[in-house]
Amino acid sequence: MRIIYNLGAYVLLLRNTFTKPEKARIYWKRFIFEANAIGVESLGIVAIISLFTGGVTTINTAYQIVSALVKPSIIGAIVSDTNILEFSPTITCLVLAGKVGSNIATELGSMRVSEQIDALEVMGVNSAGYLIFPKIIAAVVVIPMLILISMGLSIYGGWFMGKATGIVTSNDFITGARSTFRTYTFIFAMIKSYSFSFIIASVSSYQGYHAGGSSLEVGRASTRAVVYSCVLILFADVILAKLLL
Amino acid sequence: MIELRGIKKNFGDKQVLRGIDAVFLPGKMNMIIGSSGSGKTVLMKCIVGLLTPDEGEVLYNGKDFTKLKYTEKRKLRQELGMLFQYSALFDSISVEDNVAFPLRLFTDTPEEKILERVNFCLAKVNLEKVNKLLPDEISGGMKKRVGIARAISLNPKYLFCDEPNSGLDPITSTVIDKLIKEITVDFGTTTIINTHDLNSVLEHGENIIFLHKGLKEWQGNAAEIRDTNNESLNEFIYASEMMREARGRNFK
Ligand SMILES: Nc1ncnc2c1ncn2[C@@H]1O[C@H](COP(=O)(O)OP(=O)(O)OP(=O)(O)O)[C@@H](O)[C@H]1O
Ligand SMILES: [Mg+2]
Repeated sequence: MRIIYNLGAYVLLLRNTFTKPEKARIYWKRFIFEANAIGVESLGIVAIISLFTGGVTTINTAYQIVSALVKPSIIGAIVSDTNILEFSPTITCLVLAGKVGSNIATELGSMRVSEQIDALEVMGVNSAGYLIFPKIIAAVVVIPMLILISMGLSIYGGWFMGKATGIVTSNDFITGARSTFRTYTFIFAMIKSYSFSFIIASVSSYQGYHAGGSSLEVGRASTRAVVYSCVLILFADVILAKLLL
Repeated sequence: MIELRGIKKNFGDKQVLRGIDAVFLPGKMNMIIGSSGSGKTVLMKCIVGLLTPDEGEVLYNGKDFTKLKYTEKRKLRQELGMLFQYSALFDSISVEDNVAFPLRLFTDTPEEKILERVNFCLAKVNLEKVNKLLPDEISGGMKKRVGIARAISLNPKYLFCDEPNSGLDPITSTVIDKLIKEITVDFGTTTIINTHDLNSVLEHGENIIFLHKGLKEWQGNAAEIRDTNNESLNEFIYASEMMREARGRNFK
C-alpha cells in the first residue's frame, strides 16, 4: 500500500513539476545556480573516485588473468570497457546519490519545515516547478558530463597504474583500449547516465518536498533520498542492461 | 470581503475546526483569537488554501476558493499577502531579494523600479540598511517586519498575519500593530490577524472572532469584548491578574 501511495505521489509531483511553468528568465537563473551546485562542486570527488577505480581495475584484471597465453593488451581492453560500461556511470551516480541526493532532500526538507514552500504557494508560485524543475534539468545536463569526465579519468587511472607498476606497457594498454571501443557501448553508458541522473534528482526532490514537520524528519528524508536513489539506480542498471545489451 | 461557511477540518480523528462561519470585511482589522492550539493557524491556512477544509466554503467576494481552477487560484493568490507565524523568509537569499521576490516573479517591472518598491516597503516597516543581509543575520522582530514587507510588496487586497507580534518586545509589537492598521486603512485591504496578544486585540480589534473548542464561540469588536458575558472568552481575556485589575479600574 505504502509503495503505491508513494509512487502515486511521486508521479503527481513530477506532473506538477513539468507543467505550469514560471517565467523562463527565472528558471535560467535557478538552472545556472543548480548546475553549479550539482556539477562543479562534485568535480573533485568524481575525479578522485574515477582515478582510483581505474587504477584498481588494472591491478584486479592483471591479477585475474595470469596466463602467458593472454596478450597484455587485453588488460587495456577490459579496463576501458568495464569503466565506460559500468564503473563510471554506476559508481559515480551512487556517490552522487549520496552527495547531491542528500543535499537536495535536506534543502527542500528544511524549506518545507520552515514553511518556505507554503510561502511560495501562498504567493501563487508553483512551488514544485519553481524548486524542482531546475534541479532535475541541471542534474540531467550536468551529471552525464561528470560521467564523461569520469570515463576519461578512470581510463587514465588504469593506464597510469599499468605503467607505474609495470603491469602493462603504455602501448599495450592503448592498443587494447582502442581495439575494444564500440560506439554502442558508449551510447548505452550515456543512456544509463541520463536515467540515473533523473533518478537522483527526482527521488531526492520527492523525499525532501514531502518531508514531515520536524527537523528530525528532514534528516530522515535525506537518508531515504540516498537509500532509495541508490536502490533504484542499481535496479535501473539491471533492467537497462537486460533490455539494451 | 471573505466569507467562511461551515469550515470543518480534522487531522485523523482529532477535530480541530468543527464548523466555522465568519465574514471578514475590507479596510477592517479582522482578528481571530483563541488560546494556543485552538486552531487559528489551521483556520488561516484553510482560508489561504494551504490546507483544504474537509467541509465548507471559503468565499472571496462570493467565489469559492476551493473550486477555482489553477490559473484563477494563481491570480487570486497574487492579490494575497501572508505573514507566517515564523516569518518563513527564503533563507538562501537576501532581505532585499525576499521582498523583491514576488515582484520579479509576477511583474515585468524594470529592476530599478523594483528596488525602489523594495525600499519603499522596507521603509514602511521601519527597516533600513538591511537590504543585503541574509535572514539569518537579522533578529526575529526584524524577520517579522521583512515578512510584512514581502507580504505587501504586490499591494495585496487581502493581508493575512499569523501572530504578527508574538515573541516581540512591547514597543516593536505596537509598531507592527500600527503598521498593519495603517496598511489596512490606506489600501482598504481585508486584513485578518491571528493573535493572542490582548494589547492589539483591545486596541485595534474591529471584528474579532473567538475560537474555542473548534467553534466560533464569540464575535464582536474591542469595545464589546470588555463587557462580554461569555464565560470562556472572559476566562481567556482575564486570565492574568493584571487584566483583572485593569478591568476593575477602567472597564466597569
Ligand atoms: N498538520 C497537522 N497534523 C496534525 N495535527 C495538526 C496539524 N496542524 C495542526 N494540528 C493540530 O491542530 C490544532 C490547532 O493547531 P494550530 O496551529 O492551528 O493552533 P494555533 O491556534 O495556531 O496555536 P498557536 O497560538 O500556538 O499558534 C493543534 O492541536 C495541532 O496539534
Ligand atoms: Mg498558530
